[in-house]
Amino acid sequence: MSLFNFFKRNATSAPVARERLQVLLAHERTIVGGGESDLVAILREEIMAVIAKHMAVPQDKVQIKMDRGASVSTLEVDIEIPATLATMRPAA
Amino acid sequence: MAKVLVVTSGKGGVGKTTSTAALGAALAQTGQKVAVIDFDVGLRNLDLIMGAERRVVFDLINVIKGDAKLEQALIRDKRVETLSLLPASQTRDKDNLTEEGVERVINGLREKFDWIICDSPAGIERGATLAMRHADVAVVVTNPEVSSIRDSDRIIGMLDSKTEKAEKGEQVEKHLLLTRYDAARAARGEILKVEDVLDILSIPLLAIIPESTEVLRSSNLGAPVTLGSPNSAPARAYLEAVRKLQGQTIVEVQKQRGLFSKLFARRAA
Repeated sequence: MSLFNFFKRNATSAPVARERLQVLLAHERTIVGGGESDLVAILREEIMAVIAKHMAVPQDKVQIKMDRGASVSTLEVDIEIPATLATMRPAA
Repeated sequence: MAKVLVVTSGKGGVGKTTSTAALGAALAQTGQKVAVIDFDVGLRNLDLIMGAERRVVFDLINVIKGDAKLEQALIRDKRVETLSLLPASQTRDKDNLTEEGVERVINGLREKFDWIICDSPAGIERGATLAMRHADVAVVVTNPEVSSIRDSDRIIGMLDSKTEKAEKGEQVEKHLLLTRYDAARAARGEILKVEDVLDILSIPLLAIIPESTEVLRSSNLGAPVTLGSPNSAPARAYLEAVRKLQGQTIVEVQKQRGLFSKLFARRAA
C-alpha cells in the first residue's frame, strides 16, 4: 500500500504544478502583467475622476480589478461609499 | 530587410546563451548573415559558448561609448563565415548600456546583417529590457518547471508592453522554445508536458529541445551544438526551429501530437 502511494504521489506532481501555475498567473497577469496593469491604472484614474466630480470617496475605497479569462474577461469596480455620503441626495 | 530576434526568458540557467549560439550558427549555416550580441554586461558568456573567448578585443560597451567601431568589435566565426559575435563587456558596469547607444548599434547592424540575435541577460532589469527593445521576433526559452514558466509569463507581458513594436501598437512575434525537455519524465507525470506549458503561456511552439548530454559536450568544446554535434537530437531540433523562423510557419498551439510525428520525421530524414 505504501509503495503504491509512493508511486502515485510521484506521478501526480505535474498536474499539481499546472494547477498552481494557472491560479498564480491568472492573478499575476492582472497585478504585475505589463500592458494590462497600465490599462487598469488608466481606468482607475479616470473612474476616480468621474466619482470625484460627484462625491468625495477616498482613493483606497475604490478597488479595480481585471480578470483575464479564456473566453470572457471581467472588469470589477468596487466602490465603498462612506455612510455619510450614501444618504446624501445628488446636488441639484 | 534585417530581422532583430531576442532570446529571452526572465529566469537564468534555462538555456538562453546556448540557444542563441545554436540558433545563430544554424541560421548562418543556411547562408544568412548573422550577428549575435551578448547583452549580459559584466557576466558575458556567449563568447565562451561560441569558442571565441580568446579573440575578444573590443565589446558592445566600447562601441556604445565610441572607443571602437562596430567593425572592430565584431568577431567573425572561424567555422561559419557569415556568423559574427558582438561580445558584452566583462569589466564595465551595465549602466554604460544606454538606450540611444543600443539603438545606434542595432541600426548599424541592420545594414550589414540579415539576422541580429540579442542574447538577453536573466532578470527584468536594463540589460533584459534593452535586449528586447528593438525586437521583431522573440524566442522565449522555457524549462518545463514552475519557476521558469512563471518568469516566462512575466517576460511575455513585457514583450507585449515595453518593446518598440508594442509602443507602436504592433506585436513582437513570439515563439516558445521548450528546452531541457525529458519526454519520458513528462509521460510519467513527473514534469509538465509540452501541452501544459503551451496551454499556460499561450504562445506558439517553435521547438522542443530534448535534455541531452550533447549540449554540455558542445559547450565544453566551445562550439554551438548545431556545429559541434550536428546530428544530435538537440541540434536537429534547433535546425528545425531555424527552418520555422525562416519560413514563418509556426506550429499552432493546438497541434498537440506534433512531437511524435516530428520525431519520426526526423528519423526518416
